[in-house]
Amino acid sequence: MYQSEFEIEISLENKPAARDPVAETIKRDLLAKKGYDLISKVRSGQYLRIILKANDEKDAKEIVTSMCNDLRIFNPVTQNLNIINVKKL
Amino acid sequence: MTIKIAVVQFPGANCDLDAMHVLNNVIGVETSLVWHNHFKEAEFDGVILPGGFAFGDYLRAGIIAAHSPALDQARIMLKDGRPILGICNGFQILTEAEFLPGALLQNESLKFVCKWINIRVENNKTPFTHKMKNGDVLAIPVAHGEGRYFTDNLKELEENEQIVFKYSDENGKYTQNANPNGSMENIAGICNLERNCMGLMPHPERASEAILSPKSTTHGKLFFDSMLEFIKRR
Repeated sequence: MYQSEFEIEISLENKPAARDPVAETIKRDLLAKKGYDLISKVRSGQYLRIILKANDEKDAKEIVTSMCNDLRIFNPVTQNLNIINVKKL
Repeated sequence: MTIKIAVVQFPGANCDLDAMHVLNNVIGVETSLVWHNHFKEAEFDGVILPGGFAFGDYLRAGIIAAHSPALDQARIMLKDGRPILGICNGFQILTEAEFLPGALLQNESLKFVCKWINIRVENNKTPFTHKMKNGDVLAIPVAHGEGRYFTDNLKELEENEQIVFKYSDENGKYTQNANPNGSMENIAGICNLERNCMGLMPHPERASEAILSPKSTTHGKLFFDSMLEFIKRR
């Protein structure tokens, strides 16, 4: 059976073709107005932290990726799925 | 045989009773409110997925409802040609369940928009629009936070005449001002290739009685009259 517990952090971000008005507003109406004009781009998204049992890190990543694809955790029309971090607990 | 329509109720639906009222009392067709886990397609000639916030819009508007058993039932209706209408949150559910292409993103303004707008009929050869004429401008309200239609395949949608409604001004011009949410090409509603499934962000059930319309119009009624007649002719 599965050996260990892993924690996986994923983010869901709009594809470049789908505009992201949340990030545009943060950049235009907050950062730029408060003098952070060195910031050239911001993208917003959703974040999920998942804890699961798996054999190893590779296995944990595969389970989470296939779950996200099967259940449309991200919308493949508009979003990309990024695995940000995997760690053994 | 008596015609029967279902309005599927998801937890968080809030336009279900409006749709029920219009179908039962304005159109005069026997309509049942059915809890999403209990919906049985065999009992109905058509189905409406109403507006609201199914499952609190958690993760994304419509995604959790798209996995409900009601959508498995509706998929049987989709295949045999019975009409399926998704209004507002119902439209979001239909895209997430892949009955319809594309997706509905957060409004460009980042604000919930609730007002009367105009839409122009682009395709009157559907079960929901055959009592309208192409180019007709309809007065109808919208009320949504995530209504910005997006597709990565606009060309195909256009070529297949799947765009049923576009936001326009009252003269039928597609202006940026007339677009309440930043939808691509002012798209307000689309249908599937077979035409028996349609989703739109505006609310026809709130525009079916003169007393509820600022200019005493009843343009929303045309949707349900069309749907009923389509069912009678099948």
